[in-house]
Amino acid sequence: MNDTARPTLLPWFIAPAALVAMLLIAALAMLFQYSFREHLPGTLEVGGVTLENFADLGKWLYLRVFFDTLTISAWTALCSLLLGYPLALALVRCRSRSLKAAILIAVIIPMFTGDIVRTYSWLIVLGTRGFINGTLLGLGVIERPFALLFTQTAVIAALVQYSLPVIVVILAAAISHINTDYEKAAESLGAGPLAVLWKVTLPLSMPGILSGTVTIFAWTMSAFATPQLVGGGKVNMVSNMVYHLGFASFNFPFAATLSMVSLLLIMAVLGLLGLCLKRLERKGFTG
Amino acid sequence: MTMADRIAKPAFIALVAVALAFVTLPSVVVVIVAFGEKSIMMFPPDAWSLRWFERALTYPDFRKGMVNGLYVSAWASLLSVAVGTLAAYAIDRFAFKGRALLEAILLSPLVIPHFTLGVGLLLLASTFGLARGYSVVVLCHLILVVPFVMRSVYVSLKNIDPMLERAAASLGAPPLTVFLRIHLPLLAPGLAGGWLFAFILSFNEFTATLFVTNNTTQTLPVAMYNYVREYADPTMAALSALLILATALFLIIANRFLGLDRILSIESHR
Repeated sequence: MNDTARPTLLPWFIAPAALVAMLLIAALAMLFQYSFREHLPGTLEVGGVTLENFADLGKWLYLRVFFDTLTISAWTALCSLLLGYPLALALVRCRSRSLKAAILIAVIIPMFTGDIVRTYSWLIVLGTRGFINGTLLGLGVIERPFALLFTQTAVIAALVQYSLPVIVVILAAAISHINTDYEKAAESLGAGPLAVLWKVTLPLSMPGILSGTVTIFAWTMSAFATPQLVGGGKVNMVSNMVYHLGFASFNFPFAATLSMVSLLLIMAVLGLLGLCLKRLERKGFTG
Repeated sequence: MTMADRIAKPAFIALVAVALAFVTLPSVVVVIVAFGEKSIMMFPPDAWSLRWFERALTYPDFRKGMVNGLYVSAWASLLSVAVGTLAAYAIDRFAFKGRALLEAILLSPLVIPHFTLGVGLLLLASTFGLARGYSVVVLCHLILVVPFVMRSVYVSLKNIDPMLERAAASLGAPPLTVFLRIHLPLLAPGLAGGWLFAFILSFNEFTATLFVTNNTTQTLPVAMYNYVREYADPTMAALSALLILATALFLIIANRFLGLDRILSIESHR
């Protein structure tokens, strides 16, 4: 790193990015400012400064949405971990290059196809004439279709599929940093594969597990398309509430308040994660 | 080896297969349903037809959305590569006041909810009269996509041999020349990969875009959302099938330029 020979053109390198950064800050500042303004019902104008939006936060209607958001996020994180860990393990320990690439691409694709395509496909899987009901009806297992859509479970399932790429990547990075010598040592001492997993691999990948689970938790709190479509108005997370407030009621001040509070919550959760990871690092875990 | 150990490996493979099935099932189902003949979505379809693909490709809102999407994503991805590469290079190589802050802000969209950003930009745009034109959308996507470009650049920079830079400097090359003649050419594959990621992410972005677009500027995902709210026929399935295929292709290509496993740092250390 050359900090004595700073090139004279350095400002040109940073200037565009600085503009983008300022734009981002400006957008967040608007949110901050709007949350203190009064909503004038029926118009897009905003009134004077008020703390009413924050008082409204205490209403059960809105607290419940936050509670549901946290619940859904927690379940999604847990299930993503349970499904994601085996995938990550397979990805890292797989010896075949092409199989590895295939697993990776298969897992990553949902992340890049976009919210709408991915969420819509769940409507087809869970619909009354969709995959699950269609198959069960066709096999004669059930006589009438289940109502699978518009439930919290459906939303969680769809969100897990969305989160798997992210947690697999985090877990795989953590697992790949484990020195395989430890596992080989355990094996040479007579440990079977389950014991190696339980006593060596899992504990050593704990920072990754923690990081992955909390990251998914924080990330899921910002989900929108999935609860919007798969929830169908019956399952509401904060994002759906914000959309409804903004575009149905034109209550942008309160929408801004909710948006800001969500952001702060997520930052707090991630900040806590950072602290825990630092503690783990001090205890001797690396990666 | 205990009984449990004996079934451990087959059980593991089964679990991985189930997880993979869970991840890929929805896409497979969509593709199958897209070929159904009836105008309701059913699985399995009892008759087959290509008519929904035809409708998907000719429906005016989807066409407009596609054009808008290509326009916005082209701009957003190109700008983000320019901005992101310069910034990532500067942040990685040089120390300057505010470096950590700038980096934190630029990477923050990774943790900011898209709906939060969408509302914020919408409010910003309407206050300054840019009410929901194309520029808001491009800027929105630019903000969202820059972190990915920067990460691609960081990974690529790590793989450049520092000796090359020192050799050039020892031959008298000033830093700008080193950047233009040494680093940029070597970064090119990484930048290509980063650009592809940026494009895909921008084209498929939905949540923030929903907040900042209107009927004129709506991109394809937004058009699809509006369609789904009104119609329940397999047209969307056909369009989704096409998009899934296109995305998969793009990713495979991007993987050749910038190994996905490297950018996500999951090489196994054996």
